[in-house]
Amino acid sequence: MKRSRRQFLKVASLSFLGLAGARFLPGVAGAATPNAVGDKAFSSQPAIYRSAGKAKKAVHWGMVIDTRAFAKEPVKFQQVIDACHKYHNVPSIDGKKEVKWIWTDGYRQAFTDQMDNYPAEAVIERQYLLLCNHCVNPACVRVCPTQATFRRSDGIVVMDYHRCIGCRFCMAGCPFGARSFNFEDPRPYIDNVNQSFPTRMRGVVEKCTFCSELLAEGKMPLCVEASGGAITFGDLGDPESSVRKVLAENFTIRRKPTLGTEPSVYYIL
Amino acid sequence: MYNAKYIWPGIILFVVVFTSPFWMNMGLGKYERPAVALPLTEKYCVESREFMAAEHMQLLDYWRDVALREEKREYVATDGTSWTISLQNTCMSCHANKVEFCDKCHNANGVDPYCWDCHVEPRGNN
Ligand code: HEC
Ligand code: HEC
Ligand code: HEC
Repeated sequence: MKRSRRQFLKVASLSFLGLAGARFLPGVAGAATPNAVGDKAFSSQPAIYRSAGKAKKAVHWGMVIDTRAFAKEPVKFQQVIDACHKYHNVPSIDGKKEVKWIWTDGYRQAFTDQMDNYPAEAVIERQYLLLCNHCVNPACVRVCPTQATFRRSDGIVVMDYHRCIGCRFCMAGCPFGARSFNFEDPRPYIDNVNQSFPTRMRGVVEKCTFCSELLAEGKMPLCVEASGGAITFGDLGDPESSVRKVLAENFTIRRKPTLGTEPSVYYIL
Repeated sequence: MYNAKYIWPGIILFVVVFTSPFWMNMGLGKYERPAVALPLTEKYCVESREFMAAEHMQLLDYWRDVALREEKREYVATDGTSWTISLQNTCMSCHANKVEFCDKCHNANGVDPYCWDCHVEPRGNN
């Protein structure tokens, strides 16, 4: 039997349509693709997921750093940095490959929006404790293509390291330099690995997470604990909270407010 | 048929090569479940042994999403016990003998989870 080209095309296009249509029929392989969160691939098990009763909760976590207290006792800087970096397995690498969650810098570097020509000597000579600002409008979150970094309902901008593909858009987006990239395996640069927290690997970005893993256990962030009162941490959404009281009693500034990212970290000068 | 003397040997060769994994595995003995080292001091896992053996990968995958993305770090198991969601601090505190437990079974099954690039392996053998 000889078929014409016309007949062949008819049969071929009908079969193609049939194959494509089959995807929409229930029960045909490939019709349903389960999503990651919220839609458990294993449904045989009725377990419950919840946050621990002792977990600390807030509408909007925020921080106030009393730079006068740090100026009075500069040893505090290292105590605070060590408390954070040791616990979170942050590698100590010198030079351009440095990885940091919390660090210090001068007035002119930290507060570039401050236009005063002749600031007070005490202010300009001080070092300032810097960390991720957990912005209300985080640029890093907007540019992240995988939602590896996102803003939680309580205002903390966290990292889901499992999703980070190392594109470093967030580092370009962040105006505060709060993010570090692991150019190489960080393990050789960690002196005493903390067994209860993961390290990171080559090719992911990391930063401060306001110790969200400790807040979940009802503990305060490590820098706050190590600062001996120089850092106040609490709920910016609650007018009665410790941070709001400190903010009400002191004149504070934030880093680079003109960019509109709305940092959640305040500085008492 | 044209060229049958080339085509038939060709087809036979293809079939033999294509099915060679089956031939080569013949007579090598059946897959044996590796004898893993269970924790000495604990008797029960987070869920039943059958569930864990079959579904621990999904459970862990789900755990990390729920813990980091939904801020829920407590897991109430089917039997009512509550566990802190943590790979290092929960699973590995019981299964501290990772080499003889996770690794042994994974090696037998040709699985190599990349979790340990970041997550710190437990130090001790129980
Ligand atoms: C309280 C201690 C404990 C914790 C925590 C624990 N396990 Fe277990 N696990 C056990 C014990 C004991 C068994 C053996 C259970 C049995 O024989 O019924 C087991 C069995 C298993 C098995 C099955 C082994 C086999 O041979 O079939 C797997 C897989 C497993 N656990 C993985 C995990 C993972 C993954 C986690 C973390 C989510 C975890 N376990 C947390 C104690 C624990
Ligand atoms: C009884 C054997 C067995 C034991 C014991 C076991 N696993 Fe597994 N595991 C498997 C198998 C088989 C797979 C692969 C499943 C697949 O690919 O569908 C797997 C997969 C995984 C995966 C997913 C890997 C991936 O690439 O997606 C993780 C994570 C994992 N196991 C963690 C653990 C941890 C942690 C332990 C020890 C506490 C453990 N397993 C113990 C058999 C085991
Ligand atoms: C790029 C590094 C990296 C890799 C690879 C990685 N993790 Fe994680 N994971 C982390 C970090 C860092 C945290 C802690 C984040 C926090 O608590 O804020 C974490 C947290 C988790 C948590 C929840 C809390 C906890 O403390 O355990 C689970 C569960 C988890 N990971 C499972 C896995 C599994 C399973 C794998 C392998 C399939 C894996 N992770 C691979 C970095 C990694």
